Amino acid sequence: MIDVHRAIEQAARDSYGRLIAFLAVRRGDVAAFEDALSDAFVSALETWPLTGVPNKPEAWLLTAARRRLIDGDRRARVRADAAPALLALAEEAQQAVSSGFEFPDERLQMLFLCAHPSIDPAIHTPLMLQTVLGIDAARIASAFLVKPSAMGQRLSRAKAKIRGERLTFEMPGADELPQRLDPVLEAIYAAYGSGWDDAAGADPRRNGLTEEAICLARLLARSLPEEPEPHGLLALLLHCEARRAARRDRSGEYVPLSEQDPALWSRPLIEEAEQHLRLAAQAGRIGRFQLEAAIQSAHAQRIQGFDTEWEAIALLYEGLVHLAPTIGTLVGRAAAVAEARGPEAGLALLEEIPTDSVKSYQPYWAVAAHFQSLANRLEEAREAYGLAIGLCADPAVKKFLIRQSRQLGEDWF
Amino acid sequence: MHYTLLFYESPEEFARRTDPEQREAYLAGWTHYVRALREAGIVVASAGLYPPETAASLKRVKGETLVQDGPITSAKEQLGGLFVIDVPDQDTALEWASRGPTDAVEVRQNLPPTK
Repeated sequence: MIDVHRAIEQAARDSYGRLIAFLAVRRGDVAAFEDALSDAFVSALETWPLTGVPNKPEAWLLTAARRRLIDGDRRARVRADAAPALLALAEEAQQAVSSGFEFPDERLQMLFLCAHPSIDPAIHTPLMLQTVLGIDAARIASAFLVKPSAMGQRLSRAKAKIRGERLTFEMPGADELPQRLDPVLEAIYAAYGSGWDDAAGADPRRNGLTEEAICLARLLARSLPEEPEPHGLLALLLHCEARRAARRDRSGEYVPLSEQDPALWSRPLIEEAEQHLRLAAQAGRIGRFQLEAAIQSAHAQRIQGFDTEWEAIALLYEGLVHLAPTIGTLVGRAAAVAEARGPEAGLALLEEIPTDSVKSYQPYWAVAAHFQSLANRLEEAREAYGLAIGLCADPAVKKFLIRQSRQLGEDWF
Repeated sequence: MHYTLLFYESPEEFARRTDPEQREAYLAGWTHYVRALREAGIVVASAGLYPPETAASLKRVKGETLVQDGPITSAKEQLGGLFVIDVPDQDTALEWASRGPTDAVEVRQNLPPTK
């Protein structure tokens, strides 16, 4: 049952992240050790499946990294003048590793640093994925549809800024925590991408980094157990992840949420999600991600054989619109209202959204097309399906939308 | 800024253009995409191309001019069409490339026009 390879990779990522955090926090520099350590990380991924995860994984990685620094390996792109200081720091880390105590976990500080207000929000997520999980820039670039060399440059610039402006690695104080926590949550959520799926077949993006996003969300929730929103975010991601197997049928075709077979959903993931939602509720402070998770939790009730409570979902969206009136939220609310009170009620809400903001927003057109066709507004539905298909980046969803639009008649293009 | 999206198609994709059973679906894939591009108001120029076997290629080898049937390169994927779009940056150009109906798209920034 346990995927050995995945467990090893997880162990390597955990140790890598802890080491980078330890070194970066003490030196005020994220990039200094990264090259030496990322080579050590790669050799860990090659070696550990054969030898097993070492007793002290951080010590293993550190030894491999130090060897490279001492050898002055020409391939190692470590700045020569930095090597002595790095070695001294490595010594300190080595002592921490061998002290017998658990190696300090300062990854939470790294999460806050990556989402620091002085760093461009667009690079928060890639920076987290690289420095905390050791994901390489090329993979991050593909997930974000960015030219790999451009992504590499943006990451280097952000790290140079951390070093140059001596951005603080300190944890924000209690009064500052809520504002500083928001961008951290946002960045982790962005790594998952839109987990949003619905009757109309909206565009699921950022495939391939979902496990990594969950990994970050777990880390955050574990590090700040008293804060409700990290639990809310984790619950949201786990609910979405629980449906992964049901989202495609055997021939790889897209299956919208309403047609998914709940028997294919992962019960353990749903239960874990519910547990975190309960933990979040204990704080008595509602937030955006708790509401998003509650919406997914309502959908998950189908696994118990209950019908979807659309009126309750619409109400949750109402709360969400007050907290975070994003285009995605507005479209989600309209879809829920259409399910609860009929297509015209939902379409009226869709029409309230300013046209300019949705012109190239695929989910808007997918949802509009679905409910226009239910409302028998066929001409508009054809138009909207056309745009939803033309804007769709996922071939399986595209095929699904083409099938849906075909049902409107043959003269549709 | 102007970017050119070069849409490459495999022999199978080129074959779908003329297959009576797949032709309609092939065309529909383009129709919707082209409409989305036009609705966004970003199209500067566009061209759909006849398949590579219809091409005539000119090559100069050691001063001698040769004309041959077919495309210049013998790669599996061949240019099937292109769009020049006006978008703020390369990320946006890539996003539009990802929405297209083909599985291989090259995105390049255009040089500024010569005066």
